[in-house]
Parts: sequence; structure tokens; C-alpha cells
Amino acid sequence: LVSSGGLKMSGGTRLENANPVIFQRSGERLLTASEEDEDVHDPIDDREIFDILSINDPEHPLSLEELNVVEQVRVKVNDAESTVGVEFTPTIPHCSMATLIGLSIKVKLLRSLPDRFKIDVHITPGTHASEEAVNKQLADKERVAAALENSSLLEVVNQCLSTRNI
Amino acid sequence: MFPSAFFFLDRRLSLTSSQPHTRARGVQLLSEVLHECYGNLTEREVEVLIAFYENRLKDHYIITPPVLQGLRALTKCTVLPPGSAVSMLRSLFQDVHVQSLMLTERSCVYNMLINLMETREAELKGLGADFVFGFVQSMDGERDPRNLLLAFQIAKNIIHRGYDLGKFTEELFEVTSCYFPIDFTPPANDPHGITKEELIEALRAVLSGTPKFAEFLLPLIIEKLDSDVQSAKLDSLQTLTACLSQYEHKDVAEFLEGLWTSLRREVFQTSSERIESAGLAALTTLTSCLSRSVLNSDSEDSLSTFLDLVLKDCKHHLCEPDLKLVWPSAKLLQAACSASNRASHIITAAVMPSLIDQYSSRTQESVFSAFRESLCSMVFSALSETNSSLQITATSMLTSLAQQTGLLLDSDIELAVDHLTRLLLTEEDDRVSLAVVECAGALAALHPAAFITKLIPRLKTEIVASEQYSHHAVRQRCLSALAAVSTQPSIVRESTPVLLEVLSSAHTGNLVGFSVEEVVLACRSLQRIAEQVQDTEETGQCFHEVIIPRLLSLALQAALQGLSGFLSGCFHVVRLAGQTASRAVSLFLDGDVSFLPDNSFPSHIQLLKQGDSWSQSQMVCLLMGCVCSLPRSVEVPQIDQLLSQLEEMSCTCSHPLSYTSAAKCFAGLVNKRSQGDSLDSLIQRTTKRVCSELDSTSSPVRTQAFTLMIWVAKALLLRYHPLSTALTDKLFSLLGDADLGAMAADGFSLLMSDSADVLNRGCHADVRIMYRQRFFSENSAKLVQGFNAAPQEKKPNYLKALSNIVNKLPKQETVLLLSLLLEALLCPDQGVQLSTLSCLEPVLINPPPALIQQLEALVSRLLALICSSVRIASLRCIHALSRFPEHEILPFRARVLRALARPLDDKKRLVRSEAVQARGEWFLLGSPGGR
Repeated sequence: LVSSGGLKMSGGTRLENANPVIFQRSGERLLTASEEDEDVHDPIDDREIFDILSINDPEHPLSLEELNVVEQVRVKVNDAESTVGVEFTPTIPHCSMATLIGLSIKVKLLRSLPDRFKIDVHITPGTHASEEAVNKQLADKERVAAALENSSLLEVVNQCLSTRNI
Repeated sequence: MFPSAFFFLDRRLSLTSSQPHTRARGVQLLSEVLHECYGNLTEREVEVLIAFYENRLKDHYIITPPVLQGLRALTKCTVLPPGSAVSMLRSLFQDVHVQSLMLTERSCVYNMLINLMETREAELKGLGADFVFGFVQSMDGERDPRNLLLAFQIAKNIIHRGYDLGKFTEELFEVTSCYFPIDFTPPANDPHGITKEELIEALRAVLSGTPKFAEFLLPLIIEKLDSDVQSAKLDSLQTLTACLSQYEHKDVAEFLEGLWTSLRREVFQTSSERIESAGLAALTTLTSCLSRSVLNSDSEDSLSTFLDLVLKDCKHHLCEPDLKLVWPSAKLLQAACSASNRASHIITAAVMPSLIDQYSSRTQESVFSAFRESLCSMVFSALSETNSSLQITATSMLTSLAQQTGLLLDSDIELAVDHLTRLLLTEEDDRVSLAVVECAGALAALHPAAFITKLIPRLKTEIVASEQYSHHAVRQRCLSALAAVSTQPSIVRESTPVLLEVLSSAHTGNLVGFSVEEVVLACRSLQRIAEQVQDTEETGQCFHEVIIPRLLSLALQAALQGLSGFLSGCFHVVRLAGQTASRAVSLFLDGDVSFLPDNSFPSHIQLLKQGDSWSQSQMVCLLMGCVCSLPRSVEVPQIDQLLSQLEEMSCTCSHPLSYTSAAKCFAGLVNKRSQGDSLDSLIQRTTKRVCSELDSTSSPVRTQAFTLMIWVAKALLLRYHPLSTALTDKLFSLLGDADLGAMAADGFSLLMSDSADVLNRGCHADVRIMYRQRFFSENSAKLVQGFNAAPQEKKPNYLKALSNIVNKLPKQETVLLLSLLLEALLCPDQGVQLSTLSCLEPVLINPPPALIQQLEALVSRLLALICSSVRIASLRCIHALSRFPEHEILPFRARVLRALARPLDDKKRLVRSEAVQARGEWFLLGSPGGR
């Protein structure tokens, strides 16, 4: 539902981007010896956040990664300072789902990261027509909270975050 | 004469009554009388009666039935006056509408016709086409199967006896063919016994009776073949076969294309074997019908026209690469071919060349032959590159090319071997060497010669002859390459001496820098060869006669010189040595060294006696390899002596590898001994000895006794031997033992799991199915009891034992122990917690109702563990819990989500990742769009 590529407009039947360009998934993260060593502290890194964001799209069996909406280079985390920044790239500049994608990413991070993190989700500069408005909405805590009160919106977000029907 | 005259006079009154019913009764009486006495009538009387009856036909309809009966009786008269048959039929056809009569009267009419056709054929033929027309009108619309049989008989007579059909051919066809194909199911309690087959046969005789029907029948058959009803198809095909045997080529000429299309379809897309064979039979008949034809000078040969069609559709399938329609096409061609000499000439001439072509082209060299040169130069140049992934791809390409039969030339193979050798010796990248070794193995299986002449000598020089410059890693690669290429007996003959040379040189110290590791690797290579080589007599002999004695000898030398590290490598090779067993036994028992090469050993070495050096006693593991992998049918020589020495050694020796191997060897032999008193007394003796050692807490050999006990228990448990109980009970009682308790708990894991080197099916051990389940069902109560009775500090041993057992069981069994598993989660021992969680996780995927009742306890205990050292397993269980029925787990949602916040910040990434997944699922629970 979420990706800007290939998504149905809510309620409508017109496809915005029926044949999205698909990018190869980066492989599974390889397990290193230090990760298995109980005494070593593994800091939260970009790749870890990126893996958390392998959000699925229930209609297209593709993840946001495969649609190139989220790229690892656009994920920045600082474990020590407890900050996360994610830039996402709607596949077409007029994608009406941009807010929804941003919201899904934000919700996923809120659920998956410790409380101490400050989470910033915004559109990759210059990739969307109403970039500023969307960014503003996503940065506004109260608007995010209010959006999640809306059960139909929450439903769509949850569907995006559900891994079950893949 | 007299009685009938009287009768007339008497009846005149009723026959002339004004009431039709009365008249009818009169006529009926007359008809019944005639039925009885038609044989006595004179020609004159018959004439009068016929005139009377013909007249009556014009009377009231109610009189018609008795009139018809009367007429039928008269048709049987032998004295029927000339012309009367014709006049009777004329009146009948003129005055009576047959199909508005009742069943019996209709049957009466058909019988009249049949009777007259039997006796007055010439007269009826005189009626010309009118007779046919009258009949057609009479039967038009008939529905009763009994009457239809009669009507079909009449129609058949008309056709077969040469009545003039005139312009009513089509009408006669229409009136009969409308029943085709027959669809009739007799009523359940049918008294008339008419079957569908009878009707089909009768109708088929009509339809196929004359070529005059061809122009109507053939289109009908083509149409009916389209039907989805199987019986209709079958009937159509059989009718076609029947009529084609009557027809000439000109009758079928214009329908050939349609018929062929239908027949082809029935065979290509056949749905049943019967239809297919009916179709093929029809094709044969059609072809022979066409073959029979006498050609006019101006007509074309319809046989070759038809066969052209057949060949056009079938021939190309014979050459299709997918082979899908080859078989049906072949069947069609065979069917046509078998029809006549001419047909077989035509078809054979057309098909043979392409079949022969096909054979030679399919067995020919591969499609790549044209590109061989460029492909090879590409591979070889890629192999010479420095990019490792290019090299790896090139090796797999080389493997593929080599597998194309007949593609590569010998010179290509030789070049390939050179490249592979070079890479083996110089390439440092592990992935590349691995790929090279694999490729060499694949190529060697196909082209052994090049490897024998080039690769092996080169590797040998590299391993053996070179000085210390030879690098350790290079030797290692060479050894594994030697093993990989040794798949053919001819290569094995060359490669194994190299490996043996390595082993003996390592010994005598001839080689510089040979490590224990390399010795082990050489042995492993031998083992791999033994496993992968084609099992021929030659290789078997090579192993038994040369390699194994040699290895034993080397091992013994090593033992005598106190060298270690040699044994573990030898062990696996020795296992393969069935035949050598007896010699091994005499070596160990009697010190018979005569079969070993390089015989410089002292003459009476005693390997099984507690000697001075463990390096000798550990040789027993080679004995185990030799004797414990024998099939059960092979007798081990001197077994009693062997067993008692092994028991002695395992109970007294102080070197762990030695006494464990002795115990395993003992157990392996006990498992295979045949049932009986001698086995029972042996077990009882051993059990007694073991128990007495175990009971004396001060005994110095308790561990040894314990080891022997557990292996013997396993040996007996596997074969369902009743005496195993004494030993397993002892094991249960040891769970409370201060020193051996923990070992006993671990012992259950040994009992329940497969052992790699002995007592498994590969070693031909007696392993009964479901022995684990059986053990569990017999002993779970003891375990639970023991647990409940045990003091707190001993409980972990019980739980550990339990989890060891349960780990190896299918999960249905686990369900019985849920409460114990929940209890085990509270146990402070990490090992217990971990194995309990791993037991629990699969159970949670399909939770039993009993578990759902204890959800509160389960959730609390799992949450208590999510920050412990077993947190990953615990988080997985919590994740699995999220799939429980929503209404059951929803009450725990808030609590679980809160608890899972902490592991999100765990220091280990693997923990965080589990927590993220579990928490994500729990968030979705009960939320719109979630679940």
C-alpha cells in the first residue's frame, strides 16, 4: 500500500505507477564473530536501522528497499547521541502516498528503537513536489499522534508494517 | 372352414352394430380367432378377410387396434393371395397414422411389415419407393426402444435386401439417424431386457448399411465427434469404422479433411484409452478404404491426398525438440501405415529419413561445437585473470563445458588441467582454490587420463619431493585436490600411493615441516576417496590389501614411538575396512603383526592390556573402527575373549579416550550379538560389575564404570533389549548423585541422540524405530516422580535430563510435559533454561489448549528471561506467542510491549533484532489492519 511506486490511490482504482523500477535487495547481513561474542557491545548502526525499515508492501510483494524508496546511504544513526535520520525518496515526484510512506517509516522506528532516540524522517531533498509540507507534517509530533488516532490511517500503516502475508 | 362360417353369421350382428365399441369388440374377437387359426384359412377366405379389414381401417379409430391385430395374423398366412400384400400396405399407409397409435399397435404394424418382407419381398419391391416412404412415415417419431429395435430391423432389411430407396434416401437416413448416437439407460427393473448395446448395434447396421448414406452420415459423425460425451465419441468412431468398411473412396473423398481433423484431435488430446484405440482403428479402416479404390484415369489418388494430410500434421512432431506429441503422432502414423501395403510404402518413405536423421542428429555432438574454440579461449583467459570472481565463474563454466558430451578435445582438457594445476599451486584466495578443487573433481570424473598424466605427478612432486619451500597451505590444497579428483578407480590407483607416502614420510620425519594437521588431512582425503570412489572389486581390494594394513601399521608405529595425532585421522578410514576385521582382532588380541607392511614390530605386543602407555591403549579406537562397522551377519572371531578384554580395559584404564573407545567398542559388539542366554549372562555380569563400582563412592574408576554403563545402556535400548531397564534405572538413580549427577543428566542426551562413530544405522547397528518415544513413554513418569521427590538443589539435574530427552522427541510428546517445562523455566541453570526454551518454541507455533490455560505463568516466566543470557530464545518464544488466538493474548499486550522496550536497547545486535521483530508483531495485535 505504501510505496509511492505502484500504489493504488486509497479508494480509487487508478494505478499511479503500475510498473515500478525494482532494485536488487542487499543481501542478508552477515554475522560476524564479534556479534556472537556476548562481551562485545554492538552499537546500533545504519545497516541495522535500514534492516528494520525493510517494510513490506502488501499489494506489491516488494519492500521499500526494492523500490529504492529507502536506501542505506540515506539512513544516518548516531547511537551515542541517540539520533536517527532517514531520508526517503518517493519514486515519482507527485506521489500522493509520500506522507503515508513517511508515516509508516516513522511508526516502524518508534516501535523498534529505544525511547532515547530522536527520530527524524524526511523526504530526500528535491525529490517530491510538496516536499516541505510533507516534512513538516512528519516532524510535527502532535500531528503524527493525531494521525495514528485515525483508525483507517492506522490500518493502512499497520498493513504496511505487517510481515504476515508475505 | 365350418367353424369360421358359423362364427361370421353369429357375429354379423355385433360387427354391424351402430355402436363403435360393440363393433370393436366384434372385430377384436374375430382377430383373436384368426390369430389362433390363420394356418387353416383358404386363399379365398383370406381375400375376403383382407377386404373386410381394409374396409374396417376406414371405420372409427377405436376399431383400428383390433383390425391391425387381425391383419397381422393374416400376414402370417402362407396362402396370401397375390397383390393382397400391396393392397394391405397401401390401405395401412393411407388410413392409419402409426405414431398416434398405442405402443402395442405400433409394434403390430412393424411386425406386419417384417412378416411381409419375409414372405412377399418381390411384391413389396413392386411398391417401389412408396414402401420406403410409407415406412418412413410410420416410424417417424417412434420412441419406444422395443419398437425401435423392430423399426431398425425393417430399415436394415430395406437397405440390405436392395429395396428401391428412390428419392427417399435422405428421409430414411433422417428418420433413423436422429437416434444417433444412442443414449439409452434401461429402467432399473426393466422386464424387456433391451440394452443400449443392442440398440447401438441395430442402428449401426442401418447407418453403415449403404454408401448412399455417406454424404449424410459422415458430416453427422464429424459433428458428433465434437461432443463432450465420451460414449457418443466412442459410438461415432465405431460407427465410422463400420461404415468405412462398406464405403469406397469416392464416398469419403469430400470429407477426408474433416474426418482427419477429428481423428487427429481424438488421438492428440485423448481422454481415454478406448477412444484413442477406436480413433486409431477408424484411421486404419479409412486408410484401407482409400487404398481399395480403383483409380480412374482422371481422378486423383485420394489415398495419397489423405496421407499427405496425415504426414503434414504428424511428421513434424517427430522432430519437435519437446517430444510432446511424438508418441501420439507415431501411433497415428502406425495406424495409417498398417492399413495397406501402399499406405505403408508412402508413410515409410516420408518418415524414415527424418527419423534416421533425428537419431543421428540427437546423438550428435553438442550445439556448442561451433563455438568450442572461442568458448575455450574465453575460459582459459578468464582463468588467467587476477579477478577472483571471474576465475570462479570460469571454473564453473569449464565444468559445464566438460559435461557437454564430445565437445572438448583432448588438447582442451590437457590445457584445462594445466590451468587448474597452476591455480592449485599458486592461488592464495580460498574461494578460488575451493572452486578449482571442485572443478578438478568434476573434470576428473569425465577425463581421468589427463589427470593421471599431468595433475597427479605434479602434485606429488609438490607434496613429497620439494624441500621446505613448499608452503603449508599449498600442501593442504594439493591433498584436498587429490581427494577430489579420485572418483575413478584408475585415478585412485595413482593418487592413494601419494597420500600413503605422505603419511609414512611424515612418520619417519623425512619431510620437513609436516604438521599433525597435514597427516590428519591426508587421512581425511583417504576417507573421502573411500566414500566417493566407484565401488569396484579393484578399489575394494586396494583398500583392504594395501591402504588399511598400511594405516594400521603406521598407527601402530606411531603408538609404539609415542607419537600422537595420527589416530583420529586413521579412524575414519579404518571404519571402511570390513574384511580386515579378523586380522585386526588377531592383532589386538594376539599381537599378530604379520599382515602389516614394514614389519619391524616386536612380536608380542599387547594392545588391550593396561600397559604402560596410553598411546598404545588408545589404539583401541581403531579396533572399534574395524569391528563395529561390520554387518550383523559377519561373525567377529574370538568374540568372547574380545568382549571380556574390552570390558576389562574400559573399567580399569585411566586414559579417557582409551576407556571410552573400549566402552563404545564393547557396546557396539553387544548391540549386534544375537539374542540368547550367552548375551543375557554377559549383560548381567557387566551390569553387576558396573553397578558395584558405581555404588562404592570411593571407587577410583566410577567415571569409567559410568561410561561403560551408559554405552551399554544405549546399545541395549536401541535394540529394545529388556535388560536395558536395569541400566537406565541406574542412570535415573544417579541423577541424585553428588559427583555423577550432572554427568548422568548429560548422559540422557547421549542415549537419545545418534552417535557418529558407532551404534548408528551406517554401522549396521540394530536400531529399532521409535526407540526414543518408547523410552520416553516408559520413563517419563519416573522422571517426573524423581523430580518431585528430589531436594531443591538436585532438581536442575532432573530438568536437564528431561530437556535432553524432550529435545530429541517429536513435539506431541512434549505436550505431556508442559507443566514440567514451565517449571523448568524457573530453574536457575542456564543450560536448562535454554533447552527448555528451544523445546517450547516449536510447541508454541501450534499451541495445545492446555498451554493456553497456563498463559499467565508462561508469559511471566518468559518476560522474566528477556534480559538474561538466554534472552534470544526467550524473545523468540514471545514472538511465537503473538500468533496465539487474539482474544487469549490481547490482555497481555501492554505488558509485553512495555517489557520488550528494554531489549530494544540491548548491547547485542542479535538480541535487538529479535526484540524488534517480536515487538512489531505484538504492536500489530488488536490494532486496525494488524491482525
